Amino acid sequence: MAAEGVPEAAAAPAGPRAPAWPVRVALLAERSSTLVVTALAILSALIVGAVIMIVTTPETLGAWGHVLSNPARALTTSWALIETAYAALFTGSAGDPAAYVHAFAVRTPGAFTNAFSPLSETLVATAPLLLCGLSVSLAFRAGLFNIGATSQLIAGAIVASWVGISLPGLPLAVHMPLALLAGCAGGAAAGWIPGVLRARTGAHEVIVTIMLNYVALNLIVYILSLPFFLGPQQVNSISRAPAGSALLPHLAGASLRVNAGILLALAAAWVVAWLLQRTTLGFRFRMAGASQDAARAAGVDVRRMITLAMVLAGGLAGLAGAVQVLGVDPQLVPAYGGEIGFTAITVALLGRARPGGVVLAALLFGAFQAGGLQMQAATTVPLELVQVIEAVIVFFIAAPALVRAIYRIRTQGGGFRLFSQGWGG
Amino acid sequence: MSATAWTATASGARARGRHTWLGVFTAALGGLTAFAFCLHVGGGVTATLNMNSQPAAAIPLVVLPVRLTCAVLAAVSAAAGAAILRRQGGRGTYGLLTLGLVAFTLAFVIWAARGTEVSFEGLLASTLIDSIPLMFGALSGVMCERSGVINIAIEGQFLGGAFLGAMIGSLTGDLWLGMVAGAAGGAALGGLLAVLCLRYQADQIIVGIVIVTFATGVTSFLDLQVLTPNQATLNSPQVFGNIAVPVLDRIPLLGPILFDQNIFLYLALALLATIQVGLFHTRWGLRVRAVGEHPRAADTVGISVLFIRYRNVILGGAIGGLGGAALSIGSTGEFTSDMSAGLGFVALAAMIFGRWSPLWAATACLLFGFADSLQSNLAVLNVPIASPFLLMAPYIAVILAVAGLVGRVRPPGADGQPYRRE
Repeated sequence: MAAEGVPEAAAAPAGPRAPAWPVRVALLAERSSTLVVTALAILSALIVGAVIMIVTTPETLGAWGHVLSNPARALTTSWALIETAYAALFTGSAGDPAAYVHAFAVRTPGAFTNAFSPLSETLVATAPLLLCGLSVSLAFRAGLFNIGATSQLIAGAIVASWVGISLPGLPLAVHMPLALLAGCAGGAAAGWIPGVLRARTGAHEVIVTIMLNYVALNLIVYILSLPFFLGPQQVNSISRAPAGSALLPHLAGASLRVNAGILLALAAAWVVAWLLQRTTLGFRFRMAGASQDAARAAGVDVRRMITLAMVLAGGLAGLAGAVQVLGVDPQLVPAYGGEIGFTAITVALLGRARPGGVVLAALLFGAFQAGGLQMQAATTVPLELVQVIEAVIVFFIAAPALVRAIYRIRTQGGGFRLFSQGWGG
Repeated sequence: MSATAWTATASGARARGRHTWLGVFTAALGGLTAFAFCLHVGGGVTATLNMNSQPAAAIPLVVLPVRLTCAVLAAVSAAAGAAILRRQGGRGTYGLLTLGLVAFTLAFVIWAARGTEVSFEGLLASTLIDSIPLMFGALSGVMCERSGVINIAIEGQFLGGAFLGAMIGSLTGDLWLGMVAGAAGGAALGGLLAVLCLRYQADQIIVGIVIVTFATGVTSFLDLQVLTPNQATLNSPQVFGNIAVPVLDRIPLLGPILFDQNIFLYLALALLATIQVGLFHTRWGLRVRAVGEHPRAADTVGISVLFIRYRNVILGGAIGGLGGAALSIGSTGEFTSDMSAGLGFVALAAMIFGRWSPLWAATACLLFGFADSLQSNLAVLNVPIASPFLLMAPYIAVILAVAGLVGRVRPPGADGQPYRRE
């Protein structure tokens, strides 16, 4: 257990010179081990999901009841169920190959919409997951656990919605960036609170962010009682939509929901990667995350790094809130954003808190989200199965020793290590 | 560890500053009482408090002059604050702080009841009832964290316990079996936490969060897939009735509140007493605390760190599961998707607010229960505060608490750190 994972600093050489070959071999082994563990974690979770489906669906359960007299039927009905469900999960997220062929054959707008709609839904679900996942990851890299993406997302959504509603008549080129920036600032403010409390008083960010989530959930209920947000007619806790000049443009016509939010999220991933790998500030973040004592000894202002990392993390989650309001769900409702802030934690863990990994993880979970709805429609299997599969994946990621034990892998590494120090008192 | 040394040297000065803070805070509550609840109320305004559970009045209605009563309570808070400032430490500080808080809340209730009649008995009863699941959750947290394992998965244990409690209670028609099943469900999730954190040494906070996601997903999935199609057989358990303790339930006011309640309240109080005494006055408790504070030292004298941690986390999980059962077969009589709605995290907060002590954690649960019951009674009260802000108050109180403004919180020394033998 002692040699689990390569230390952060070794995995991320920041200089222009290529590392010596023993380091490169070690890195390659580490990377491939990470990939193997991730792939096996996803595979295992899909198997667990299949077993859960079989034991909870009456038809398959009945077939297994007669497994001794008719084993073939038990296997075929189970296989049919799993195939239908996972095929729907796939076509609902990546699209149906037959529909693509048909669309390019007939070339009508309706056929294209039909074919690309699953992909569009996947990207729509990916954008906020990616931004919140980056938020959690950035905090992780600085040694902080941001469970408050929910509160920061809500703060961002409220402020973006406020700017979107209150300044109608501005040109699109001004209004939309302004609303996005405002959402970013709202989230950053919500992230500043746990950051500054951690830095100044040692209050653990986990507990402060959980509490702030509830504060934010109550705040949005209050916001939805204000006449400004409700508009003239509404009474039932649904805010009015921002002005059209603040809304994010659609990328592929009005019939597909995919909008500029996904581009913003990808750009944010690039910026975070650049910040962490190519800037002094990012290096200081990682130093503070790897060892506060060492960072302090090297002259890094750890308190400032902690505050700043939480502010930036909050800003990313706030941007997710703005993207939701300006691109997907223009009307605020209680519990806005739902499970996004929580799922983002699993996204960050699956992506090993590295921007590239987080992009892939967010795409996977976005696909699960979009495909899960299709699966729910095609079979009787509820969308919640997706949440179970996601949780099981992260169980395996969080405990790589478990995956290695199950699949009898000898090599070390492939895990994710957060430098958690308990509650830190 | 230089950080530890630094904390130790600074803690003397910090402690003095903290007690000054606490004193000023408590005295300020008195000032706030005087300012907000006395000055703006006319001299003749009265508040009527009903102390009876039934309409048949055994106790006459209590009619209090609002201004005078609140002035007296303001003086109590101010005196408590002054006492904290004068004593500068010592064991009485948190008692005095509690006294100041209780005086403040009483003044608030009396002020809110100005010009109307409020069922004081109802307010107390719903406070206690609302805090039952929280007490189980907080005790679950205390059990795990005192042995050095962070249990952030209380919410998941609630859901597991609520689900199995309702399903088994409904399937067998035996609520006691449901209760056992709820505890077993919580224990299973506690076991999962224990195996992943102790055997595979995964990060405890991460595993806790993932267990919450997992339990929410599994119970919601099974609710839709299994319970909903078979509502009548699988999700229609009875609800535990109230059990009146003979004689004691005749005590005016407190009798019906404390001694005519369902089994979960008695169980919570019994567990509270057992854990409080066990943790601080028995060999078992000494060992648990040793393992939680300094596992290496405990190991050196021959205590099995892993065994104690496994046992405590699984027992803690079972207690959390009981809290979940209290939600389903102790209260609503069915399982609904995500029915704990974040209560597990509130229990976690109560445990931290209560500084990892069973008794103070239960007191903190009462505070949360009170805020909840106040919120549900807002319709009859005369309060010009929007209910979202009232609901926020306990969470903000916890933030202030962990930030060291209301009291020092120090977790067990080895909380969250995996133990490796050398």
